[in-house]
Amino acid sequence: MATKKVYGIFEDDDVVLEAVKTLRAKKYNVVDVISPFPIHGMDPALGLKRTRLSICTFLYGITGTSLAFLMMYYMNIFDWPMDIGGKPSFAFYKNMPAFIPVTFEFTVLCAAHGMAITFFLRSKILPGVEPHVIDDRMADDRFVMTIEAATGAEAEDAKAAMTAMGALYTKD
Amino acid sequence: MHYESELREPLILGDKTYHQITEDICRPIEGKANKWWWIAFTIASAALLWWIISVSYTVGTGLGVWGLNKTVGWAWDITNFVWWVGIGHAGTLISAILLLFRQKWRLSINRSAEAMTIFAVICAASFIVSHMGRPWVAYWPLPLPNQFGSLWVNFNSPLVWDVFAISTYFSVSLVFWYSGLIPDFAAVRDRAKTKASKFWYTILSFGWTGTAKNWQRFEELSLVLAGLSTPLVLSVHSVVSMDFATSVIPGWHTTIFPPYFVAGAIFSGFAMVQTLLIITRKVLNMEDYITIYHIDMMNRIILLTGSIVGVAYLTEFFIAWYSGVEYEQYAFINRATGPYWWAYWSMMTCNVITPQLFWSSKLRTSVFATFIISIFVNIGMWFERFVIIVTSLHRDYVPSSWAMYHPTWVEVGIFIGSLGLFFVPFLLFTRFFPVIAMSELKTIVKSSSSQAKKKGADNHGH
Repeated sequence: MATKKVYGIFEDDDVVLEAVKTLRAKKYNVVDVISPFPIHGMDPALGLKRTRLSICTFLYGITGTSLAFLMMYYMNIFDWPMDIGGKPSFAFYKNMPAFIPVTFEFTVLCAAHGMAITFFLRSKILPGVEPHVIDDRMADDRFVMTIEAATGAEAEDAKAAMTAMGALYTKD
Repeated sequence: MHYESELREPLILGDKTYHQITEDICRPIEGKANKWWWIAFTIASAALLWWIISVSYTVGTGLGVWGLNKTVGWAWDITNFVWWVGIGHAGTLISAILLLFRQKWRLSINRSAEAMTIFAVICAASFIVSHMGRPWVAYWPLPLPNQFGSLWVNFNSPLVWDVFAISTYFSVSLVFWYSGLIPDFAAVRDRAKTKASKFWYTILSFGWTGTAKNWQRFEELSLVLAGLSTPLVLSVHSVVSMDFATSVIPGWHTTIFPPYFVAGAIFSGFAMVQTLLIITRKVLNMEDYITIYHIDMMNRIILLTGSIVGVAYLTEFFIAWYSGVEYEQYAFINRATGPYWWAYWSMMTCNVITPQLFWSSKLRTSVFATFIISIFVNIGMWFERFVIIVTSLHRDYVPSSWAMYHPTWVEVGIFIGSLGLFFVPFLLFTRFFPVIAMSELKTIVKSSSSQAKKKGADNHGH
C-alpha cells in the first residue's frame, strides 16, 4: 500500500507538541517532527523507544578495556619483559596499577569514537548526504510535523487537522 | 513547559525570538569581516609565520639552538606544553562537567570554549613534537611493531601514558565539538545565499535535518560524551603532572601534583576563556548572549580554582619543611629566594593575590577588571610551570653542575609564534563557524531569557 507523507509547518514548539498529542489521540499517523532544537517531551508524545546508543557505547568501552589489557600484557609481560629501575615487569597483576592510565584512556577512546561512529551511521548523517529540506527555516524557528496517510482523501484530512491545530501552512 | 524563578538572572537579554537568535549568531558568518578582525588576523598570521620559521630552524639545525643545557633539559618547551594543555581544560569543563551539573549558563559559551580547547591542544602537541628534536621519529612512543628487536614502549612510564591521554583527549574533544556543531551548520546551510556556502555547509552539516529520532540520539550522544569527557579531562592533567611527580627530582616528587595541576589547568583555562570572550562578545555584538552574569559565573570559578592553587603552593612549602629532607627543603627555599625569585614571586602575585580580588562583586561584574585580571592569571600560570620545571632542575644534587637557563630567540619565537598557531584558527572559527551553540541556546529561550521572565512576572501578577 502506497503511503503519502504530508507536512504541517508550525511556528512554536509548545503548539507542535500539543498538536502531536491531540492528533495521535485522534489516530492520525504522526511519524515525525523535525525541529531546530530537541523538544522536551517529544519522544513520549511520538511514542519513540529509548535509543540503544548507550548500550553500544558500554560494549565499545569494555572492548577497549580488554584490548588495552591484552596489548600491554603481550608487549610488556609476555613478549619482552623489561627490568627498569629494579622494577621488573614479570607478572601482570603486579604491573596492573601502572597499566591503569592507558587502560582508562583507551576505554574512553573506544567508547567515545565507537558511539559517535554508530550515531552517524545509524542516523544516516555523513558528509555528502543531501538533506531533505521541507522548509528553509526548519533549522531556524519552524517545526515540521510529518503525517503518513494511506489515501489521498486521508492526506487532505490530515492537512486540515494540522491547520486546525495551528499549522502555519501544510504541504505534500 | 519549564518555569524558572524570575529572581534568577536571565541568560539571554533583549527581546529574542528563535529567529532573532539565528540571525544574531549567523551574522558574523554571513557578513564581511570588520577592520578589527583583519588587524587581529594579520598580527596572528605574522606570529604564525614566526612560529614556522623558528620550528623549521630548530628541526633543521637541532635542539642546540635552544638555551637548554645538561642540567636544565626541559624549560620553555615543556612549560609551554603544560600551559597550553591546561588552557584547554576549561573548554571541557564548561561543555562536559557543567552539562552534567545542568548549569544552563554554559550554553552561550560552550562552543567557543571547546574551540579554544581544540586549538590549545594542537599548540600543546606542537611543543611535544618540536622538543623531540627529530620529529620524523615522533611515532616512536606509539606501541607499533618494529624491527628494533621488537622493542615495545614501556607502559609503566608516564610519558607513554601522556601519549594516550593527550591523543584521546584531543580526538574525543574534537568529536564532541563537531557533533554539537552539526545542527548549527544545518541552520547556516538552509539560510545560505551563495552556491559556494550552500555547498560547503551541506558537507559540514552531514545532511542533518533534525528529526525527532535524531535529536533523541543527539542528546544521548551529548550526555554520554560529557560523562566520558569528565573523567577524561581530570585524567589528562593528572597524567601530565605525573610526568613530574613520578620522578625523583626534589620539587617535582610531590603527591599533591594531580589535583593541584587539574585545579591550575581549570584556573588558567577560564582566564583564557575570559580573555577571548570579552573581546569576541564585543567584536561580534554578542553582549545579549554572553552577559555580565556569564562573566560573573566564570570569575567565581577562577576565584575557587585560584584559591585551590594558592593552598597547593602553601602545602608544598609546608610539606617540604615537614618532610625533613634537606634536598626537598632546599628546592623550595631556592625557588622563593634563589636566582629565579622573580619568577616565583610573579607567579605568587598573579595566581594567589589577583584572583582574590574577585571576592568583590564590583570587580567580578566589571568587564574591564575581568579582562585585566584574566591576563594576569594567564601570565601567572605560565610562570607556575616555568618555576616548577626550571627552578627544580637548575640546581641539582651536584653543585658543580648547577647552571642557569636562558632562552634563545628561537624559543621565544616558538612561544610567541604558538599564540599565532592558536589565534589564526580561532579567528577563522569566529568567521566561519557559529560561535554560540544556537540549537542548544534555543531550548532555554522560554525559561531563561529576560523576555520570558518579564512575561512570567506579568502572569503571576506581582
